[in-house]
Amino acid sequence: MNDEYVLMKGNEAIAHAAIRCGCDGFFGYPITPQSEILETLSVLKPWETTGMVVLQAESEVAAINMLYGGGGSGKRVMTSSSSPGVALMQEGLSYMAACEIPALIVNVQRGGPGLGTIQPSQSDYYQATIGGGNGDYNTLVLAPNSVQEMADFVDEAFNLAFKYRMPAIILSDGVIGQMMERVKLPEQKPRRTDDEIYAECPWATNGMHLKSRKPNFHSSLESVPELMEKRNEALQAKFARVKENETRAEALCCDDAGLLFVAFGSMARIAEEAMHLLRNEGHKVGLLRPITLWPFPEKELREAAKHARNIMVCEMNAGQMIKDVRLAVNCDIPCEHLGRLGGMVPDPAEVVKKAKRIIENQV
Amino acid sequence: MTKEELLMPENLVCGKPTLMNNEPMHYCPGCSHGMVHKIIAEVIEEMQLEERTVGICPVGCAVFAYRYLDIDWQEAAHGRAPAVATAIKHLWPDRLVFTYQGDGDLACIGACETIHALNRGENITVIFINNAIYGMTGGQMAPTTLVGMKTATCPYGRDVKLHGYPLNITDLAANLEGTAFVSRQSVHTVAAIRKAKRAIRHAFENSINGIGSNMVEIVSTCSAGWKTTPVQANEWMEENMFKFYKVGDLKDIQH
Repeated sequence: MNDEYVLMKGNEAIAHAAIRCGCDGFFGYPITPQSEILETLSVLKPWETTGMVVLQAESEVAAINMLYGGGGSGKRVMTSSSSPGVALMQEGLSYMAACEIPALIVNVQRGGPGLGTIQPSQSDYYQATIGGGNGDYNTLVLAPNSVQEMADFVDEAFNLAFKYRMPAIILSDGVIGQMMERVKLPEQKPRRTDDEIYAECPWATNGMHLKSRKPNFHSSLESVPELMEKRNEALQAKFARVKENETRAEALCCDDAGLLFVAFGSMARIAEEAMHLLRNEGHKVGLLRPITLWPFPEKELREAAKHARNIMVCEMNAGQMIKDVRLAVNCDIPCEHLGRLGGMVPDPAEVVKKAKRIIENQV
Repeated sequence: MTKEELLMPENLVCGKPTLMNNEPMHYCPGCSHGMVHKIIAEVIEEMQLEERTVGICPVGCAVFAYRYLDIDWQEAAHGRAPAVATAIKHLWPDRLVFTYQGDGDLACIGACETIHALNRGENITVIFINNAIYGMTGGQMAPTTLVGMKTATCPYGRDVKLHGYPLNITDLAANLEGTAFVSRQSVHTVAAIRKAKRAIRHAFENSINGIGSNMVEIVSTCSAGWKTTPVQANEWMEENMFKFYKVGDLKDIQH
């Protein structure tokens, strides 16, 4: 049993977890604040142990297309980057969604727009959940709030990506990536054998068994609009299945909460601290933390907001997730927003102050 | 001899490779693509690599290559084929992985991926169809369009003051440390087809044997884009293209 805790950064935990969950290949390009992922992998040299490929690409554009190739051939492949780099990957993500290619993309977010700042932010929520590439598509989005979840979500994201044949994103931020916490790393799993891949991924483009099957190909091109619409409808049906089955959220102290905080990622840690401070003073405050940002946990939110007279959405952006929150409660509950921008991280006192103003007005 | 007798296997002097299916090709009359497809199919069959091959097709006229050759294919985004191929080759090292790209795809939007994959010495083969024009989108100026050549976006002829110079990316590839074999060929005569086939076979052998990266340029015709007949296109290619894009092996570290 692996019951040993170690102390490490969130970025380092991602690298260790990738090797341990049997990842076949990492393709990445340096960018702050996530470069430790590629650096850690380069130090650990998994190509000498598990056989995992680690390759520094010439750009984020190349890296995401390496995922398109690797995932298309049936392998467990991943990349990591930060906001401006992930912006460059959107074309590739759209192609992968269209061709139903599984892969893992880690975004350790920093403030934008543009080159922005290397400080943490959550302003890529829209990009991740709505999709920054062209066309009607969604990607699975998991939002860790601890170094432990950075480690745990790697295998989880791969499993979901292969289950539904679509790219999965771990949407982290500079706080989680850079902070050190204790973490229990997952057990070392072997990489799948070639035969296991042939069996699990009969759609993969690796040439094997060509003489006894039809050729496989991945193409997003369809020049007949009627056929293109059918393909889109099939994609949408799959997305509906994901929405039905894969929402995840954590509800804290929601049973009696008249004021409900909704926050994800590192902001949820801050909101949780603020919730405890307010509860110590007798205020009935709860926290709903969406873990899947797409699909958004609408049912879980409605359940958590059963007694809520107000919702306060806390994000390190100008108000992105709040739109999903309002849709989930059909605007029946007033939603306030606390947002800090451009790499600023609020402290619990700031959250408490705003919450108290809302509570005072509740009468 | 009746038609049926003529078609008896013992009377045929050449055949269609079995990897090539009966799907009608969308290529225009006089286009070089069909012949290059046939050569690739023949070489894969001769090397018995049917179950170990992955092709990467581009955005451009060869976007439908996967319809004609019965092997596994991935269609890359415009210019990204060498990155796609890089990953597949690293993850499946015993496979033959090749890209099939046009001049706009390879030398313009994908120049970065092309140069870096070749320079890393990826054990892949890049097949480069150079017809000096964007064929699929209707004959616009390509990075390889010759000086003075007329296209839809340089209708008065390529002017270096306005459009810069044509890019001889194959010469550039030959100068990269990572390339093992770089060759420029054509498929407009029987003799040229044989040479092109030898070059592609050599490149594929290098890829399988892990010798380094390989690039085979096929100086090609585009009679529709050049607004010529197929015969005139061949003549124009010999007179103009071959002056700037000289046919022959540029680099072979095996010799």
